[in-house]
Amino acid sequence: MFDFVGRRNWYYLLSFLVLLPGVISLVIPPSLKPGIEFTGGTTFTVRFAQAVDQEGLRSALSDLGHSEVVVQRTGENRFLVRTRELQGAGTAPEVGPAPPSERDEIEAGLQQRFGDFLDNEGKVSNRFIDFYIVSGTVSEEIGRNAGFAVIVASVAILLYISWAFRAVPKPFLYGTAAVVALLHDAVLVLGAFSIFGKVFGIEINTMFLTGLLTVMGFSVHDTIVVFDRIRENLRRGEGREFPECVNVSLNQTLARSVNTSFTVVLVLVAMLLMGGVTIRDFLLVLLIGIISGTYSSIFMASQLLVTWEERDIQRLFRRLLPRRRRPAPVEVEVGG
Amino acid sequence: MRGWFNRALLAFIIVLTVLSVVTVWPSEPDRYLPSFIPWPEGKGIKFPSIGIEGGAVTFQMKEARAMRLGLDLRGGTRLVMEADTSQTPDVNVDQALEAASRIIERRVNAFGVAESEIQTLGSDRLAVQLPGIDPEKARELVGRTAVLEFREPKLDENKDILTCQGGKVIYNPPGCEGAQEVAVPPQSLTAQAEENIIWVPARATGSDGVEKDLTGRFLKPNTFVSGHPTTGLPILNFEMTSEGSRLLEQVTNRLLDLPMGFFLDGEPIRGKDNNIIAPTVRAVISDKGIIEGLPVEDARLLSIQLNAGAFPVPLRVVQQEEVDATLGEDSVQKSVIAGEVALLIVMLFMTLYYRLPGVLASLALFVYTSMVLGIFKVWPVTLTLAGIAAFVLSVGMAVDANILIFERTKEELRLGRSLVASIEAGFSRAWSSIRDSNVSTIITCLILFWFGDQFGASLVKGFALTLLIGVLLSMFSAIVVTRTFLRLTIGTPLARRLDWWVVDVAEARGPAAVASAPLPGAGRPLAEGMPPQQPEE
Repeated sequence: MFDFVGRRNWYYLLSFLVLLPGVISLVIPPSLKPGIEFTGGTTFTVRFAQAVDQEGLRSALSDLGHSEVVVQRTGENRFLVRTRELQGAGTAPEVGPAPPSERDEIEAGLQQRFGDFLDNEGKVSNRFIDFYIVSGTVSEEIGRNAGFAVIVASVAILLYISWAFRAVPKPFLYGTAAVVALLHDAVLVLGAFSIFGKVFGIEINTMFLTGLLTVMGFSVHDTIVVFDRIRENLRRGEGREFPECVNVSLNQTLARSVNTSFTVVLVLVAMLLMGGVTIRDFLLVLLIGIISGTYSSIFMASQLLVTWEERDIQRLFRRLLPRRRRPAPVEVEVGG
Repeated sequence: MRGWFNRALLAFIIVLTVLSVVTVWPSEPDRYLPSFIPWPEGKGIKFPSIGIEGGAVTFQMKEARAMRLGLDLRGGTRLVMEADTSQTPDVNVDQALEAASRIIERRVNAFGVAESEIQTLGSDRLAVQLPGIDPEKARELVGRTAVLEFREPKLDENKDILTCQGGKVIYNPPGCEGAQEVAVPPQSLTAQAEENIIWVPARATGSDGVEKDLTGRFLKPNTFVSGHPTTGLPILNFEMTSEGSRLLEQVTNRLLDLPMGFFLDGEPIRGKDNNIIAPTVRAVISDKGIIEGLPVEDARLLSIQLNAGAFPVPLRVVQQEEVDATLGEDSVQKSVIAGEVALLIVMLFMTLYYRLPGVLASLALFVYTSMVLGIFKVWPVTLTLAGIAAFVLSVGMAVDANILIFERTKEELRLGRSLVASIEAGFSRAWSSIRDSNVSTIITCLILFWFGDQFGASLVKGFALTLLIGVLLSMFSAIVVTRTFLRLTIGTPLARRLDWWVVDVAEARGPAAVASAPLPGAGRPLAEGMPPQQPEE
C-alpha cells in the first residue's frame, strides 16, 4: 500500500511550486488577456475571387499575427472577420496612397496568398468591404458575475458537504478541504492561462470561462468521491488512526480516480488531436483542470484533513516559536 | 425474485432509447457522421409545426431542422442597423445605441431566441447576430422594432370617431381609400368598427413649445405586467419620461373615454385574437399609467413591445446576411466527429479494462448519450459550446459512476463474495458517493442558473441547465440502466464465466486476496454495512 499521507508536506510544497509561477503572473498586470469578445476590435468583410475555405483563411490570418480572429463564412468565398483593433485603421483615406497600417498589411498579405478581392458588385478590388471598429459582444461584467456565482456556489458546496458528512466528526473540515482543493484547481488554471497569455498571447474568452466552470464541477465531484470512502472507512474501522484511515481510503479509490480521469483525458486528447483548431484553448483548459482536479482530491483535499487532525500547524508553530508557552492561535492555518 | 421487474425495466429502457434515437436522428447526416457511414436521411421524428402563410394558418409535421445550436456552433443571421439621427439631432448617439442594444437584447430574449450577440459598429451602427432563425424572421424580430407611436382615432367636431366603412383603412398617412369616412359615436363602437378606425399620430406640445408626436422615446423601458390587487386580472404598468408625461397628459385629456392605439412602424399592435389593441382612456395620465382589461398574453406582448419600441433613436436595417458558425463550420464538424471517436475510445477502454461489465456500461453510455441529446433536441434551449462542455462533463460523471460501481464490485469479488452479492454490494456501496457528488453538482447548477438568469449571463445559464439535465440523467443511467443490465446478465450463462467479470481471476478467489484485503472491516457481512439499495421504483 502506497503511503500517501506520510509525505503530505512534500505535496504541499509541490503544489506551492506549481502554483507559484501562475500566481506571480496573475499578480503582474495584465493578469489575464481579455479576448475580442470583451474588448471589441475591428470587423471587416472580405470577398475573394478564387475559392478560399474558412480554415485556410483563419490560418493565413494567424500567420499574419492574428491568432485571435473569428472567421464566419457569409457567402461563397465571402467572410466576416473579427480581429483585435487594428492600428492605423481609421486613418486610411478613401483615395490616394494610404499610410501603412495593419489593415494594409493584412490586405496585402491575404492578396498575396489568395489573390484578388472582390467588392460588393463583384468587381476586382484590393480593399476589404465594410471595415468597422466594433465594440465587444460580451460585457466584461460577465466575468465578474460568473466569479460571484462561483463564490456563492462554493459556499453552498461547503455547506452541503458539511451536511452530507454530518455523521463523521468535524464535518465542516471536509467542506472546507473540498473548497480549498477547488480553489487550488481554479488558481492553477487561471495562473496557467495568465502565463500562456504573456508568453503565447492566448486570450481569455467566454470559452475559457466555460472551461473553468467545468473544471470546478469536476474538482468537487472528484473530491467528494474520495471523501465518501474516508467517511465509510471511518464508520467501519473503529479504533483506527485517522491518517491510516485516509491512507487506506486513498489507496482504495486510486484505481477509480485514475480510471475516471484517464477516460476524460482520453476524450480530451482525442479531441485535441482530431477536433477543430478553434476549440483547442478550451480543451487545454479542461485538460489542465481535470488533471489538477484529480491531483488535488488526493494530494490536497485529503491531506488537509490529516494535517488538521494531526495538528501539524500547531506543531509547526511550536517548532518555529519554541520559547512561547502557548501555541499560536489556530485561525492562521488552512492557508495552504 | 424481481425478474419480471428487471425485464419490465429493460423494456422501458429500450423504449426510451429507441424514442431518443428517433428524436436525435440527424436530418443532416453529413454534419454529424463521417461520410463513409451510410445513414438514411429523413427518418427522424417529425414535430408539429404551425406557420402562417399568406394570412392562412398552416399546420404540418416538420422534421426539426437540427438541434437549436448557438452562433458558435451553427451561425445564424446577421443584421446591421443604422441609427437615423435626422429627426432627433439632440440625442447622444453613443448612449442611444447602447440603450437600443439593450432593448434589442431584451426583446430577442423575450421571444426565446437565446444566445444572440449585439455589438456597436463604428459610430452609428449596431450589428446583431441571431442564431438559428431565418433572415426574414430575424429582420421582423429586430428590424421592425424601429419606432413605437401612440395614436388616436381621427375625430369629427362632435368627438365622434371617424371610421372607414366599405373601404380600406390606410395608416400611413392616415386616410380612407375607396369609401367615405363615417362618424361613429364612441359608445357604439364594435370590434368590427374598431378595425376601421382611422388612426392619426397623437401629437401634443412639448416643454419647448414645439408640437411633437408622442412616440416610444418618451416611454421608459420599464413596462411590466402585474396582477390587479383585488381582481387578479392582468394590468400593464408603464411610466413616461418627464417630457413624455407632459405630452401624454394633453393627449389623454382630450382622449377621455376614447380609445388609444399603439403602432409599431406604422402598423397597429394586435392582440392574440388579431384585433387591434386599443384600450379606452379612463383618466388623464401623466407620468405613470396602467392599462387594464387585456388578456394576459396580450398584456405581456404589449409590454415587450412597449419596452422594445422605446428606442431613443430610429434604427434602419441596412444589411442582412447569413453567417456560419463563429467557431468555423469545418472546425465544428471535425470536433463533432472527434467527440464521437472519443466516445468509442472510452467504450473500448471500459470493455478492455472491465470486460463484460464494461460492455454493459458502454451500452448504458449509448443509452445515456442518446437520451441527453434527445432532450436537447426537444427542449427549447439553444445549445452552445458551454452546453457541450457541460455535456462532456456529465458524460464523464456518468462514466465515473459506472467505474465506481465496478471498482467496488471487483473489491467485493476479491474478498471472495459471490458474483451476485458482489454486484449488489458494489451498487449499494458506490451509491453514497454517486449521490453526494451529484447532489453537490445539482446544487451548483441551480445556483449558477439563478445567477446567469439574474445577470443575463446566458453562457453561465446554458452551462448550468445542460449540466443539470446531464447529471440527472447520469444518475438514472448509472443506477437504473447499468444495474438493470447487470442484474439481467446475472441470470444468464454469462455469469458463470468469472474471467469475463474480473481480469485477475486467481486473485479474486485466492486466499491471498483475502489476506491482502486492505480493510479487516470490509470482509464483514453486507448487512452490517449499508442496507442494499432498493431499485428506483
